[in-house]
Amino acid sequence: MPRAVTPKAAKPKKNTKRSPKRPNEKVHLQFTVNGELAEVAFLPHHTLLEVLREDMGLTGTKHGCELGECGACTVIVDGKPVLSCLMLALHAEGREIETIEGMADANGVLHPLQEAFAELGAAQCGYCTPGVLLSAKKLLDHTPRPSLIQIKEALAGNICRCTGYIKIYEAVELAAARAAGEKAEPRKESVYGY
Amino acid sequence: MAINPGTGSNGVSGTTSNGKPARKRSVIGKAQTKIDTRDKVRGITKYTDDMVFPRMLYAKLFRSTVPHARIKSIDISAAEKYPGVKAVLTGHALPVAFGIMPVAQDEHVLAYEKVRMVGDAIAAVAATSEEAADEAVQLIKVEYELLPSIGSIQEALDNPDTQIHSTSENGNIHRSIAYEFGDVEAGFAEADHVREDFFFYEGNTHLALEEHSSIGIWSADQKLTLHSSTQNPHYLHRTLAKVLEIDQARVRVIAAPCGGGFGGKCDPFNHEIAVCKLSMMTGRPVKITLTREEVFYCHRGRHPVLMSMKIGYKNDGSITAFHNRTVADGGAYGGHGPASMLYTGVLQTTTYKMPRYKFQGARVNTNKAPCGPKRGHGTPQPRFGQEVQLDKIATHLGLDPAEYRKSLLVEPHSLTANWLPIATIGLKKCIDKVVEGSGWKQRRGNLPHGKGLGIACSAYMTGAGTAIYWNAMPHSGVQIKLDRSGCVAVFCGVTDIGQGSNSMLAYIAAEIFGIDPFDIRVVSSDTDITPVDLGSYSSRVTLMAGNACVQAAERAKAIIVEAVAPKLEVPAERIVFEGRRVFDEEDPNKGMTFAEAVILAETQFGTLGTTGSYKPPKWPGKYRGAGVGPAPTYSYCASVVETDVNPHTGIVSVPRIWIAHDGGTSINPTLVMGQVEGSVYMGLSETLFEEMTYRGNRNVVHKFPSFLEYKSHTSNDMPDIITYLLEDPEPNGPFGAKEAGQGPLLPIPPAVANSIFNAVGVRVDEIPITPDKVLRAIRAKAKGQEGRVGPMRFPEVPYPDPIVVATPDDRDHVVATGKEPVGATK
Repeated sequence: MPRAVTPKAAKPKKNTKRSPKRPNEKVHLQFTVNGELAEVAFLPHHTLLEVLREDMGLTGTKHGCELGECGACTVIVDGKPVLSCLMLALHAEGREIETIEGMADANGVLHPLQEAFAELGAAQCGYCTPGVLLSAKKLLDHTPRPSLIQIKEALAGNICRCTGYIKIYEAVELAAARAAGEKAEPRKESVYGY
Repeated sequence: MAINPGTGSNGVSGTTSNGKPARKRSVIGKAQTKIDTRDKVRGITKYTDDMVFPRMLYAKLFRSTVPHARIKSIDISAAEKYPGVKAVLTGHALPVAFGIMPVAQDEHVLAYEKVRMVGDAIAAVAATSEEAADEAVQLIKVEYELLPSIGSIQEALDNPDTQIHSTSENGNIHRSIAYEFGDVEAGFAEADHVREDFFFYEGNTHLALEEHSSIGIWSADQKLTLHSSTQNPHYLHRTLAKVLEIDQARVRVIAAPCGGGFGGKCDPFNHEIAVCKLSMMTGRPVKITLTREEVFYCHRGRHPVLMSMKIGYKNDGSITAFHNRTVADGGAYGGHGPASMLYTGVLQTTTYKMPRYKFQGARVNTNKAPCGPKRGHGTPQPRFGQEVQLDKIATHLGLDPAEYRKSLLVEPHSLTANWLPIATIGLKKCIDKVVEGSGWKQRRGNLPHGKGLGIACSAYMTGAGTAIYWNAMPHSGVQIKLDRSGCVAVFCGVTDIGQGSNSMLAYIAAEIFGIDPFDIRVVSSDTDITPVDLGSYSSRVTLMAGNACVQAAERAKAIIVEAVAPKLEVPAERIVFEGRRVFDEEDPNKGMTFAEAVILAETQFGTLGTTGSYKPPKWPGKYRGAGVGPAPTYSYCASVVETDVNPHTGIVSVPRIWIAHDGGTSINPTLVMGQVEGSVYMGLSETLFEEMTYRGNRNVVHKFPSFLEYKSHTSNDMPDIITYLLEDPEPNGPFGAKEAGQGPLLPIPPAVANSIFNAVGVRVDEIPITPDKVLRAIRAKAKGQEGRVGPMRFPEVPYPDPIVVATPDDRDHVVATGKEPVGATK
């Protein structure tokens, strides 16, 4: 489940202006996004969500409440799922951030989770999907073959109103099996019914 | 009364038009990926708020903090001077009233005389940043003259003089209706038993993940474009032209990919019009994205409905007459309300044989967020009452609730008492599936105290039979363009809100042309470019746009055949489209690629393009209001819900749900499964958790306009769902398809309630079923009182005199005997 991040002491970088004199003066700092070093100027009170979407054009990260309630804005920061609407971008300095745009591999091949979500219709309107996928990826990174209960628990902070979650569980299970090298196919009952 | 089966189109029967057995389908019926989903899982899909235009401004709305007041003054002077502000708009500039239904034009973009709810918009600011707009909005000052507020159905009925809308029918009764089909009193006299039950269903909201967002762009050549998260670009198009007083031909609405709708993005919204006006004032694109709190004020969700259901039945359980009274709390505005109100009654006859039926419905206004269409539109509430009442009758007569329902089912291809045309009905099979799957016969009655099984059924329209505004034009249109590249482009006004309607068009065209769905480009929901489709509501899209697509594709195919057959020297009826080839059925080597076939046709006939359209048939009912209820066909569902009720806490958990859906042939079963599971989820969540509730009676503020406190089911709360798809083809649907997106929600609330009764022997005749209510009922029962929680009375509602309509059976009786039946008039 994504959580609000606890600010930790960031490693200051050269040329970083960390204490602007005026509230509308931008700060200028660096962090890593999807494996690439990013250098951004932004207003100091802006959240990571706002900076990703508005200053960097990474609109794959969504918002459904901007209060840390829905999970749509989940990104991965230093290996942990985080609600980007509750994290000041200032706290991202020097950290490694992964967004949905970085989930496919360097050749554009979809992550097994992305492929399984597409195959099973686990993305309907698709709006919660980036957040769900990143939470699920984090789960599989730690727990390659999760139980259904572990999947439910890991995704309980990401609200989806379309799917009833069933296809999401099935897609996570399918992706986990494939990532483990199995030639798994969707169960007949999950795509055609019983 | 029997009617003829639909004449239907396209590939439903087992044979082709030339009498040969149909070839195996290569696309329809196969589980597959949607054509747009890989962009969604990559985060590439651009929803409205993801779009940015050069020099774009950001808008914010000033909203009322009081529920009911006259506006004495609006001071925007400080906001206008705020740095970055480019325009401030008030309602005087937009005096034209609107509303999606022609009979309910009671909304203004910005209130300037009166506010009717907390959250009513009064002014709009456009500024160079969202923050500047927000700060400027806080500088606006409004003086109010407070009026008494109305917070409930009872208050609305009790205080007709505190009128919220002067245009209402009667006091605060916005609209009301009464029908009597056949002589209901005679029916009650014939019955062995008559019972009356009261039910209440609290309002709830869609809670789509995407907050509404819109971008208005006024161009120098006096044309308007609106990008918006809407389900209904066509109705929005008409509203924009009306309110902004510009020619419809100069207005373009593009529905962006929609981050969840469920009915919540059907109405034209004031913010959508406001950004257009602000763009006209500034000459710059203007975007607005609502906060979650504002989305709660937009609402248009489930109406709270109070119901009284009186039913007459024989000792064998057969129904002799049914009298259904409803009163719905519509909130501050009309919206779809007149239709919602009718839907609390008109579909009650579509499932079980009901020879005489009386319906009285009313919708009141209150100073709360306006209600409207949420998945199931007006029908989950009476469905809940009806199915719980049947369960009570089964208990009374000692009948098995599943077998009892099977004995009552309407006949296929018949007319109901209120003249709705039933087409195919697979409900008996649905009941058998869930009874068998759940072990109903062995387990029910043998479970320990606290565990229960309950059943309920449902029916839902596959497409509203009439448009929202009167017209005789098609409900859906498709254009197909083919060219020498072999690419097929399908243009249609449908709006894909995640259900997969764009993919549906691709599957249908791909099946007919024998190509891959991914070979097809679907262009949708752009009022300048795509033919009109009425919108993503009433489960109409697959049937209506699908049939239009079948027609357009068949016409294009015929043109290609005309070019190919002489070239191959093969009779036209032997030409087959399959595997991206066009060839002779008897000698598959004799043929060419699909692209080569298109080149032949383009060479011979010039530029290729065809159109198709769908218009529903004329409906048999001829009385006023008969347009609400009929549909080309109805979907059917049965569900068994298992509950685990803790008798000490009242907490209900649901470990498993079985659901069988008669949705005709699945165009793509994976997507149908998704719709069924999503409907079950939404139904369960509103049964146990969700409610739109307000503080106080005279200070009507939403209790919790937030995701966190408006409780909905998370992944942790979801039961197992065992889904059965019937797959019996419906002749009126494209390739035999019916709807899937709404019907499966309907049986869940009553099945849960019936299951709780089976588990602990108490009735909660009210939705949501929260632990406090269950516990109250359990405690009452322990004290020897009636183990029931629910409304104890039904208010006096001044319904109009009923419109008396002879039933089809009465008419048959007249034809046979020459005598008028009792109570029948025109």
